[in-house]
Amino acid sequence: MFSISETSIDATKLKENFSNSHAGAFVSFEGWVRDHNEGKEVLTLEYEAYDQLCNNEAQAIFAEVREKFGVIEVCCVHRTGALKIGELAVWVGVSSAHRGDAFAACRYLIDEIKSRLPIWKKETYLNGTTGWVNCQTHCAHTQPHQEASPAPLHR
Amino acid sequence: MKPGSKTIHIQYYALMREERGLSNESYNTDAQDAQQLFAELNQQFRFSLPPERLRVSINDQFENWNSAINENDRIVFIPPVAGG
Repeated sequence: MFSISETSIDATKLKENFSNSHAGAFVSFEGWVRDHNEGKEVLTLEYEAYDQLCNNEAQAIFAEVREKFGVIEVCCVHRTGALKIGELAVWVGVSSAHRGDAFAACRYLIDEIKSRLPIWKKETYLNGTTGWVNCQTHCAHTQPHQEASPAPLHR
Repeated sequence: MKPGSKTIHIQYYALMREERGLSNESYNTDAQDAQQLFAELNQQFRFSLPPERLRVSINDQFENWNSAINENDRIVFIPPVAGG
């Protein structure tokens, strides 16, 4: 299941959907709003999404996850609207028979979601300025699969 | 309407929306493909992101810049994404 949510994500409720007697492993990832980005202090941020294309692309990613890994259930919910520091911005969950597939599928899923879904983030900084993340002149467009390999944990 | 001319629907998001000052518009054009359409729009509105920093979507699917555009198509130029 994929959805875009304008209201708070209830991770506990999402996890309940994964109950399945064939599943021996469940792995989830939560992306939270942090108070800094690229050396600037972040006050608030706002997510905007192109819903129809997000859904189409998410279904394509889910199909890839099912093809590459032995998963049972796959889910992703992404927030839109104004978020505060510490709020849950994205939740992904994967269940499988064994933990290896669940870990790998969860990593693949969040990396592809981040790099492929048409979702944009506008940050408001402590100094009063704002900026669309990745839209500054020095940054290149992230291509699909570019972030699929393990990367530093601070991203 | 002259031959080759068509009306399409453009949606703008994020930085593109702010620069255009609109979320969507119906637009009449002679452009044959997405590349030509963006060049035409860019001449008028001077977007800050060059086409090599954008992707294009036609009718809710990612497409190539040389994909043909047709009457009533829904076109979106996709700025660099930042989900998660």
